[in-house]
Amino acid sequence: MKFAVVQFPGSNCDQDCLGALQRIEGANPEYVWHKETSLAGYDAIVLPGGFSYGDYLRCGAIARFSPIMQAVVKEAAAGKLVIGICNGFQILCEAGLLPGALVRNRTLRFICRMATTRVEVAQSPFTLGTPEGTLLRLPVAHGEGCFFANEETLRELNENRQVLLRYVDPAGRAVPEANWNGSVENIAGICNRERNVFGLMPHPDRACEERLGSGDGVRIFESMVQAVTDQRARAA
Amino acid sequence: MRVIVTPKATVLDPQGAAVREAMQHLGMPEVREVRIGKYLEIEVEGDAAEVEPRLHQLCRDLLSNPVIEDYQLQRSEEGAE
Repeated sequence: MKFAVVQFPGSNCDQDCLGALQRIEGANPEYVWHKETSLAGYDAIVLPGGFSYGDYLRCGAIARFSPIMQAVVKEAAAGKLVIGICNGFQILCEAGLLPGALVRNRTLRFICRMATTRVEVAQSPFTLGTPEGTLLRLPVAHGEGCFFANEETLRELNENRQVLLRYVDPAGRAVPEANWNGSVENIAGICNRERNVFGLMPHPDRACEERLGSGDGVRIFESMVQAVTDQRARAA
Repeated sequence: MRVIVTPKATVLDPQGAAVREAMQHLGMPEVREVRIGKYLEIEVEGDAAEVEPRLHQLCRDLLSNPVIEDYQLQRSEEGAE
C-alpha cells in the first residue's frame, strides 16, 4: 500500500508525517504537492498540520480550494482512508468532509503540550488496535483547536459513534481540566459517518518515538495499514 | 462592496469576551457584550445586479463558514465616505 502526505504551502508537519510513516511497516509514504489533481495511486491520504496559506481568513479556508482537494473529496467518497491532523482536521471541516468547525481556543492561548486522549470507539479503520477506553498520549499544538458543532450535529456525532477521541485526565475521565482548548464535550477527534475520514487536533505524527515522549501515535497509523490490508484480503 | 462576517450567537467568542472585559476595566462597565468579526472591502468591476449573486455564493463558500459565522453583503454607495 501507499500513503500520500499532501503538502500545502505552509504545511509544517509534512516531514513529521512522512518520517513517522516511513517507520511503519507497509505504509510507504510519499509527498504529494497540493497542485496535483490525482491521488489515484494511493491507498491512504494524510493532510498534515501546519498553517496552510498562513491561516488567512480562517484556518484551512483557502487550502480547502487547492486543486488536490477535489481529488481528496473524490477518493474519500470512494472509501479511501483520509486522516487530517491539526491543520489537516481544519481543512477537512472547511471542505465539508467532516461536520463542525474548529475555532479559537477558549483560553485564547496557543496550546503546546502533551495531552491524554481516550479512544471512544474501536470500530474504525483508525482505532483497530486500540480497544474502547485505551488512553493515547499525543501532543497538541494549536491556537484554533476548539471543536464546535451545533446541537443537532453533536447529537448525530454521538448517535453514530463518530467521536473517536476525547481529551481526558490521566485517569481517563473527560473532565473540564483536561479539555485544553475548550472543545464541546472534550472532543479531540471525529470521523465521518462512513468512518473512512478522520480528523484530530492532537499529533500522532509527533508521537511515534518513545524516546521523544510517546509512541502512541504509531497505533493510529498501524491501524490504517491494517485496515487497508484487511480490505484487500476481503476483496481478493 | 462590503462584507461583514460575524460569529453566530451560539458560537463562543473568547476574543470578544476578552475585549469586553478590557472595556469594562477601562471605565465602561455598561458594556454588555462584544462580538468580533471581520470586515472586507471588495472592489468589483461590472454590474452590481449581475455580480451580487456570485458574491453571495463566495460569501457562503469562502469568505464565511456557515457552520460558525453569519455574513452581510452590503453595497458601498458611490461617493459615500
